[in-house]
Amino acid sequence: MGTLLEMRAISKTFPGVRALDHVNLSVQEGEIHALVGENGAGKSTLMKVLSGVYPHGTYEGEIHFSGAEARFAGIHDSESKGIIIIHQELALVPLLSIAENLFLGNEVARGGVINWPETHQRTDRLLAKVGLHEPPTTRVDALGVGKQQLIEIAKALAKDVRLLILDEPTAALQENDSQKLLDLLLELKAQGITSILISHKLNEVSRVADNITVLRDGSTVSTIPRAEITEDRIIRDMVGRDMAHRYPERERNPGQVIMEVKDWNVFHPEHKDRQVIRNVNFTVRKGEIVGIAGLMGSGRTELAMSMFGRSYGRNISGEIRISGRPADCANVAKAIDSGLAYVTEDRKALGLVLEEPIQWNIALANLAGIAANGIINRMKEQDVAEGYRKAMNIRTPSVFQKVVNLSGGNQQKVVLSKWLFTEPKVLILDEPTRGIDVGAKFEIYGLMNRLADEGRAVVMISSEMPELLGMCDRIYVMNEGELVGELSAAEASQERIMSLIVTH
Amino acid sequence: MTDQTAGTAERKNGAKLNLRENGMLMALVAIVLFFVIVVRALLGVDFLSAQNITNLFLQNSYVIIMALGMLLVIVAGHIDLSVGSVAAFTGAVSSVLVLNLGWPTLAVIPSVLVIGGLIGAAQGYWIAYWRIPSFIVTLAGMLVFRGLTLWLLGGQNLGPFPKSFQLLSTGFVPDVFALDKPNLTALLVVALAAAVLIWIGWRARKRNEAYGITQEPDALFWLRNLVVTAALIFVGYKLASFRGLPNVLVVMALLIVLYAFFTEATTTGRRVYAIGGNLKAARLSGIKTERLTFLTFVNMGVLAALAGMIVTARLNSATPKAGVGFELDVIAAVFIGGASMSGGSGKIVGVVVGAFIMGVMNNGMSILGIGIDYQQVIKGLVLLAAVIFDVYNKSKS
Repeated sequence: MGTLLEMRAISKTFPGVRALDHVNLSVQEGEIHALVGENGAGKSTLMKVLSGVYPHGTYEGEIHFSGAEARFAGIHDSESKGIIIIHQELALVPLLSIAENLFLGNEVARGGVINWPETHQRTDRLLAKVGLHEPPTTRVDALGVGKQQLIEIAKALAKDVRLLILDEPTAALQENDSQKLLDLLLELKAQGITSILISHKLNEVSRVADNITVLRDGSTVSTIPRAEITEDRIIRDMVGRDMAHRYPERERNPGQVIMEVKDWNVFHPEHKDRQVIRNVNFTVRKGEIVGIAGLMGSGRTELAMSMFGRSYGRNISGEIRISGRPADCANVAKAIDSGLAYVTEDRKALGLVLEEPIQWNIALANLAGIAANGIINRMKEQDVAEGYRKAMNIRTPSVFQKVVNLSGGNQQKVVLSKWLFTEPKVLILDEPTRGIDVGAKFEIYGLMNRLADEGRAVVMISSEMPELLGMCDRIYVMNEGELVGELSAAEASQERIMSLIVTH
Repeated sequence: MTDQTAGTAERKNGAKLNLRENGMLMALVAIVLFFVIVVRALLGVDFLSAQNITNLFLQNSYVIIMALGMLLVIVAGHIDLSVGSVAAFTGAVSSVLVLNLGWPTLAVIPSVLVIGGLIGAAQGYWIAYWRIPSFIVTLAGMLVFRGLTLWLLGGQNLGPFPKSFQLLSTGFVPDVFALDKPNLTALLVVALAAAVLIWIGWRARKRNEAYGITQEPDALFWLRNLVVTAALIFVGYKLASFRGLPNVLVVMALLIVLYAFFTEATTTGRRVYAIGGNLKAARLSGIKTERLTFLTFVNMGVLAALAGMIVTARLNSATPKAGVGFELDVIAAVFIGGASMSGGSGKIVGVVVGAFIMGVMNNGMSILGIGIDYQQVIKGLVLLAAVIFDVYNKSKS
């Protein structure tokens, strides 16, 4: 067996960030090659380079595919060579049938007229290959995620795939669907199809992979051959970096428990049988920063949003106690009144009204605070905004600036100001430093420390483990909707967190 | 973006906003002057005669009144296609109450307003709580209430109305000084209004200055106020020399002030803008988005009912054909006035100017005897031009 794909010394720079730094990846003909690494390690970027999303010339290094140097100008180029990516978010048209989806853009047609009998015949053959027994006319939205995943693979097979890339294929799947999918991968391998599997789930990876390449901070750490694969080894390679002093110091002295969440259960808003949050119990103390670690899709945001005025999910059960009393969080207004604040992970879509000025956004969650009898006092509105501008060090020429014109870090400070103005007892910060530069991150950390020092409780949700370790007094680990562990600052380490996640 | 460039962008945005608002005002002035000259040249009569100015207000009052509610609906990110039919239906209901059941005017007016509110609630309920697109719900409402109007009137015109009901539209505020002409009350009221406008503008300006906010240059500020004041005094004088202030004008002016205040100075008004600006962010900020959306439609229904009664009183009969196409004039006025199709922005002042642009053109073209065919084409093009002007401005920034 020869080498099918060789990526040599790939480097890719975005303004201010080196996303990939001399990454090497070598995939043999007919193997299943796993690509693992933390969120942000560079896996997706590498695959985008490979598939031509970032065309030749926008990166450094060479790609050799099937013995020749490849210079893809776009996705069409790489697809015509047989490199097909199946993304985490499925690219199917839900209202069209299986057959229509399989041949979308590639219809079995003469002169623009579709040959349905042949389309359906070919569909049947492809579906048989992936082990899916459904009539070709079934609408895709009538199928579960697992089956949709299989259709994506069938779609790839319809295009004469030579290298199949699966990005977190089992992230949204139930256990037995995941197993079926992995079995299918092994079967395709037996038919001679090479695949790259990107996954967080180390048990799956170690089950099917022939080789594992570990990425960390945009560099290749190691390529582990089948014989040497152990989960410990993978974890060590994934997280093995020393923690620099990137976090401001803080004296840690948590007070009494201020918020208590008991037996919290949440079901999916659309699929009512799917339980998203399962029996979650946790506490937060005054002046404490508590972290919630977990991978993307582990249910952290869903937990926070369901607590915050039932903004997510259905059939929510459980109790929230704040300051010892049951807190009524039936809607967002009541949750705010109970002393809860939630800083969303997606500040542009969910946190800010971008076309409105700073002072307008800061007042939005507490308009009563700048008004008397429902009439807004503009002076007060402005004074409040000026106060936060100084306290939070929002860099702007004036508080009348539209927030759309601010940098990510300053936007985040506006969101934080908005929630501080509601005088919360407990702040839930969801990915508070996502998409902001290093300097602004340090400032946000400093602000979080100050909030804790003021006696507020902070719950920090983050995908960046170093950040959690650097900031938190305690860390809960979440996986698949459950809290699977609790670590004190002293006992927590990336290895412990990772192994709690993967061994669960 | 660095702070420096952000600052420049801010100042530019400010200037552009002024350009837009002042631009529409200037367009209105230009259109009026155009008709003054052309009507004088072709027909030898005065476009801005006392009679015609009075007519302008009477003809456009209902469009403006409904546009106030429509602005809120559009700012909240919705649309209401049913207002024409609702106005016709409520007009028909008022005629039945007055003529067939003999209710006194003072009982009819509040009852019909309540009915309008209920109609708005019936539509707003599906839009707000069931998330059915407003376009569809109000399209259904447009058909339903047109049909109910036909049914209620049996396809006939109902009229004429007693004097007390007609006063809604054709009445004039009596002169308290009981002089003959000019009508001193009208003059005083208009002068007072102009003074208040200048004072409010000047106070806001002083305050902004105190906070170091960049704003339009002095010259522009005073120029605009001069134009507006001169126009007001001129209109006031003309009205005074004719029959005084029409009741409708007073109602309309009070509503304009009320809605301007509501949208710019109240927490509830602010929340409507937040819903349209970013629905999810608004919800996560504790704003009861469903209830507020519901209420904007209730409000729209009440204003449509008011407009329906005014139209009925003006025509002195309820007709099955009343209000046909009103929704288009109203929506056009809101968009010409600078509201955003996607919600979240738009001002009452802009809407009033937008409505007058449409109204003056209707009136002027009719006087010139331009056929209804050309009129429609021209109005359509003006709407398109105003929106293109907006989009062009935005793409430049």
